[in-house]
Amino acid sequence: MAIDPAMDDMAEIIQEFLVESHENLDQLDHDLVELEQDPGSRDLLSSVFRTIHTIKGTSGFLAFHQLESVTHVGENLLSRLRDGELAMTPRVTSGLLEMVDAVRSLLGDIERTGAEGDHDHSALIALLTALQEGKQAVAAEPPAVTTDDVQDDVEETPQTTEDVVEDAAEPDVVDEPVAEPTAEVEDVVVPDVAVEAPVEAPVETVAEAAVEAPVDAAADAPADVRRSAADSTIRVDVDLLDSLMNLVGELVLTRNQLVQRAATRKDPELLRTTHRLNLIAGELQEGVMKTRMQPIDTVWNKLPRVVRDLSVQLGKQVKVQMEGRDTELDKTILESVKDPLTHLVRNAVDHGIETPETRVAAGKPAEGTLTLRAFHEGGQVNIEICDDGAGIDPQRLRDRAVSRGILTPDAAARMTDREALGLIFAPGFSTAEKVTNVSGRGVGMDVVKTNIEKIGGLVDVHSEPGAGSTIRVKIPLTLAIIPALMISAGGNRYAMPQVNLLELVRIDGTQGTLVEDIQGTPVYRLRGRLLPLVSLREQLGLPEAEAGTTYIAVLQADDRQFGLVVDDINDTEEIVVKPLGKHLRHLGLFAGATIMGDGQVALILDAIALARGAGVLSDAAVQKADREAAERQAAHERSQLLLVGLGDGRQAALPLAHVDRLEEFPRERIERIGHQDVVQYRAGLLPLVHMDGVFGAHGSQGDEDAPVNVVVCDHRGVQVGFVVRQILDTVDAELSVRSRLDTGGHRGSAVINGKVTELVDMGRAVAGLDPAVFGDVPETVGV
Amino acid sequence: MAEKFCTFLLDGHLFGVPVENVQEVLRSQRVTAVPLAPAEIRGLLNLRGQIVTTIDLRTRLGLPPNDDESSAVNVVVRTVDGAVSLVVDRIGHVLEPPAASFEPAPDTVPAAVRALVEQVCKLDDGLLLVLDTERAAGVVAAA
Repeated sequence: MAIDPAMDDMAEIIQEFLVESHENLDQLDHDLVELEQDPGSRDLLSSVFRTIHTIKGTSGFLAFHQLESVTHVGENLLSRLRDGELAMTPRVTSGLLEMVDAVRSLLGDIERTGAEGDHDHSALIALLTALQEGKQAVAAEPPAVTTDDVQDDVEETPQTTEDVVEDAAEPDVVDEPVAEPTAEVEDVVVPDVAVEAPVEAPVETVAEAAVEAPVDAAADAPADVRRSAADSTIRVDVDLLDSLMNLVGELVLTRNQLVQRAATRKDPELLRTTHRLNLIAGELQEGVMKTRMQPIDTVWNKLPRVVRDLSVQLGKQVKVQMEGRDTELDKTILESVKDPLTHLVRNAVDHGIETPETRVAAGKPAEGTLTLRAFHEGGQVNIEICDDGAGIDPQRLRDRAVSRGILTPDAAARMTDREALGLIFAPGFSTAEKVTNVSGRGVGMDVVKTNIEKIGGLVDVHSEPGAGSTIRVKIPLTLAIIPALMISAGGNRYAMPQVNLLELVRIDGTQGTLVEDIQGTPVYRLRGRLLPLVSLREQLGLPEAEAGTTYIAVLQADDRQFGLVVDDINDTEEIVVKPLGKHLRHLGLFAGATIMGDGQVALILDAIALARGAGVLSDAAVQKADREAAERQAAHERSQLLLVGLGDGRQAALPLAHVDRLEEFPRERIERIGHQDVVQYRAGLLPLVHMDGVFGAHGSQGDEDAPVNVVVCDHRGVQVGFVVRQILDTVDAELSVRSRLDTGGHRGSAVINGKVTELVDMGRAVAGLDPAVFGDVPETVGV
Repeated sequence: MAEKFCTFLLDGHLFGVPVENVQEVLRSQRVTAVPLAPAEIRGLLNLRGQIVTTIDLRTRLGLPPNDDESSAVNVVVRTVDGAVSLVVDRIGHVLEPPAASFEPAPDTVPAAVRALVEQVCKLDDGLLLVLDTERAAGVVAAA
């Protein structure tokens, strides 16, 4: 779109202002009429005053000067009424109602034309001033000193400071020898209430004149076909939305129960009906969830100001960039990330971005850049806060942790850089060399982390010394209904939120040797990496199950992965999270409970708590073993291989560490771009490499109708599919016999299982891909 | 006006809670056990979409387990923390004893019981131990 974003923003602000003001005006009409019945009501007066005050403030900000001047006199009058200096009379009420009408007509003009129009409201202004002056003359003579002092400023400064106007509206405050605020704010004070006495005409005459004045422009405005701003949206109490959400949650549960029941009956009519119910409930759920969604911009739009103030205060130059401002989030979640985000942003400006001098000295532009990024990914919202500042030095964090007594020197030395970075979230930790009033009190980041985890989110930090840091926050879209995997242990079912789930592994009893042991800690070799295992039974204090088939749910907790050993893996289900009662909250392992399709209650597991309970997050032994294994692995060549069959009965091996997944695609799904075969795969395009072609193998193409076997590999962050004839086996081979016999696209041959096997060099195999499709594959270095 | 009590039997003793604290009485329900929870927690109960913690009141009062659960019922009480279900041996009548018949529990009553019993009511045919609902449900610390 070619619209200037700034203009677009402005239009949006005006739109919001209109919606809000229209609603307020309706309330005003009502309040004013009620006020006439009950002239003494302070509450009503205060409410009316606030409304007008708000409109005045915003109109000043948006440079609607007519609107501002009308509401300004109205506000003055109201302020005197509110303070009991004027009594409510029918004449005053009429005056105020006329003001409301004038405001409405001005708003109407703004909505239609974007400008205020050219109606003359001076008669109304005069009337309102007269009303407020009329009684005032009797009540209190304005002190002469103040009048003289401030008179000069009256014309040129329509912009007013709220407090000052209010103060000024009260004669007794103005009475003070040039009231304190005046001294401070100097030119801004416009107490024209108490000061200005421009109305020469007697009150009666003005009132009459004004009544005839054609203020009611709204009435003869042409009927607008378009729904006005006020009509196209309504405000709804969040509580109502919450209860709707709860009801939808119940409906989803009931639907799940019904669908399960119906599936067991052989009643086609019932099945059809439940399918429809299923669809409708799904759409309803989505709709209700949408009503609670708000763009993240509602939180972000406050941040540029925060950054600006802070950078001025710190003598830094910071530019804020935002990407994905319209990313939507549940309102409740938005509320709970507001403070953590603000804190992270302040932190980035305070600690991350350097002073202009330092930056220039480091060869960077004097102005630092703070980038806020938000996007949806896998049912979660990712928020990133990146600065191009000094970055975080892991060594400094280690030193600090040791000097603060958080870690022993030994433990600190053992930490990887990545783990050391995580220290910024440790309680009582602060890296600022000097404590500023902005941050550095060490009470921030741990609270940020706790708050984000409380809503089921994750936070982690990446940093490159000298180049900047990125804080990444992952939060669920909504709290109320989440997808979860149902697992069982000890005869009970538990729900594991999908957010934490990476993959599922099933180990047959015959493969039992794959679970190994490092000083009592069970581990599993998952594609060459050691995965610490945690037994769900053990964590829940249930007796261990006898060995048989083992199911492992690979989970992510913080930046650590671990495998949760469970008895069985059931279905995935949309669950409604319900809080646990007071008795059970302290158990910690459960994030809540839910009701499943069959009406039974299932507990929701908390992956992070499980990991903590099992010591996965802290157990240095496992990590050390993990590292050692990785080193061993590197020394040993990548010996875990996936064997695949090519044409001519030949066999090739792919490094298992690169293999993401094995897939079967029907032949008709293979499409072509340029010279490149691709398939649509997980919302993207998967380029295909025909191994037969690469290796010069020939022979019949096999059954034309049979689906093709594809090994999806990850090569430097890009997925490539290798089309093979067959998938044979995985081997943990000692590559004893090797030759450099090159048939193209591979890195030599070895004898595996008594058969010559060609070892695939991933880099060279993908080198032949059409660059137009595959984009920029980084230059590969032969392994 | 005298207060009304919903009464129930536990190990042969008559207990009661104020009737206005009782939401409903249910027949024995299937509950989902909660591993690691204190012994008195029977588990979680699905009460029309609401998840209710179920407490074995015998265990809570330090009474021996119930051999025959055939007539056991769930007395669902309202507490500051939402509904909590108390498993009791058998439900009794709603009684409205005269205000004069109440007195505090004697000190000789076992501590586990005295902590939860607010007062004792002398009925013609026995004693009614009036429980403090919140404390019996375990949502506030026992006194």
